[in-house]
Amino acid sequence: MPTKPILTVKDLNVVFPDNNGGLHVLENISFEVCPRDFICFLGPSGSGKTTLLRVLAGLLNPSSGNVHFIRHQQPKIGMVFQQANLMPWRTVMDNIKLPLELEGVSDAKAKVKAQEMIELVGLRGFEDSWPRDLSGGMAQRVGIARALIHDPDLLLLDEPFGSLDAITRERMWTELSRIWQAKQKTVIMVTHSINESLFLADRVLVLTQRPGKVKFDLGVDLPRPRKDDIRYTPHFGKLARKLRETIE
Amino acid sequence: MTMKPSFTRWLGLISILLGIIAWDLIVRVSGLPKFILPSPMDVWTRLLKSLADGSLLLHTGYTLIEIILGLFFGVCFATVIGYLLAKSRSLEKIVSPYLVASQAIPIVAVAPLLILWFGSGIASKVLICSLIVFFPVLVNTVVGVRAVQPVLYDLMNSVRATRWQILFNLELPASLPVLLGGLRIGATLSVIGAIVGELVDAKNGLGFLLKVGDFQYDTSMVFVAVFMLVSLALCLYGVVTLLERRFLKWQNRLDV
Repeated sequence: MPTKPILTVKDLNVVFPDNNGGLHVLENISFEVCPRDFICFLGPSGSGKTTLLRVLAGLLNPSSGNVHFIRHQQPKIGMVFQQANLMPWRTVMDNIKLPLELEGVSDAKAKVKAQEMIELVGLRGFEDSWPRDLSGGMAQRVGIARALIHDPDLLLLDEPFGSLDAITRERMWTELSRIWQAKQKTVIMVTHSINESLFLADRVLVLTQRPGKVKFDLGVDLPRPRKDDIRYTPHFGKLARKLRETIE
Repeated sequence: MTMKPSFTRWLGLISILLGIIAWDLIVRVSGLPKFILPSPMDVWTRLLKSLADGSLLLHTGYTLIEIILGLFFGVCFATVIGYLLAKSRSLEKIVSPYLVASQAIPIVAVAPLLILWFGSGIASKVLICSLIVFFPVLVNTVVGVRAVQPVLYDLMNSVRATRWQILFNLELPASLPVLLGGLRIGATLSVIGAIVGELVDAKNGLGFLLKVGDFQYDTSMVFVAVFMLVSLALCLYGVVTLLERRFLKWQNRLDV
């Protein structure tokens, strides 16, 4: 269904100053994102993936070009990081409700909402646990719940499962896919895993080595909801191969 | 081999009792006069007497007020300045020579000066206390704030947290373990600061009591004053430990 894009990125360039003319990290990145899109940027390390997310999150100003959000200039952002990035002095519950606290939502309301998120990511019973007692997968679920609780316009995922073991990672794909279908969020994710990008995204944009440029734009026409075994279908294999060939 | 925890709990007390018995034995065997080494019983009697006439509580209270005020001002200034130093490298460059130099001067050496300038009342003692507390708390504040993980700043900024929200929801709790460590050192030092000031010149306080006892060869009184000082230091240490238990229960293990 063709809808108006909520995010337009045009001719984005990021140059980090250094001693010889600057380090060109991102070059002329342009793309559009429609509501409820799941877009994935795929690229080798050093292709500026994290930098791109930081620009979108408003953590970094681009050297040139612009990022335009249609609804408001400052969209609400939910971000999931490479590491779960939890505050060790807050319990699971308190970590998840942090964004609401900062927005000034009353504690009672925030707790109800946080409980809802805890159910969504399957962490019931761990409300009062400390981050130190969580496994990597559980910690990252907390990270996802925290990124979703304040109902963000845009969910940014920065290789969220990179630090997990292979089995947990694949389990988290299914989880994230389910959560995305339940929440209908607009998602931009970066990763260097072809399987991850194909399993989760509607569209995969391949970035080149530094300076990162969009080299290839692939629509993923795999049916949803996607189950684990979709990864073993011939069509998935064909798409994966296409992506593999474009990455140097 | 591990002992039963119930027994281990009494070990400290037993050790103190043994110490007192040894002290008493030394007094008996050596036959030293009371004004050189009083026996535990002499000190106990002196303690009761000074409690009864109210002088002990008065002087202890005086010293305690100096310590608390000194700690308060010292910690306040040290955390605020420490925070600013942690945030600004150039400010650190400007201020740090003075800070390091100030640490090279022993507080005992400047105490007479401070008393000359600020009088022999409570103000000069509070100042000496604050000065001695200042440095360790400052250093720990800088270390604590600098150790906050940059990715947590990213998190706070991604949800558009304000400067104050970052301070209270991130920087303060993240650096609290190190901050409390500084406070623990500061608490013990503040007792020393107050006594140094009182020994130089004072009309009240445990340091004053110590000096009077010394002049009058009332050695039992000196012992009483010293024990009160030790108790004060232990109490302050205990308060910091309680704070750590209360605020740092998220940490795996408390080495206290």
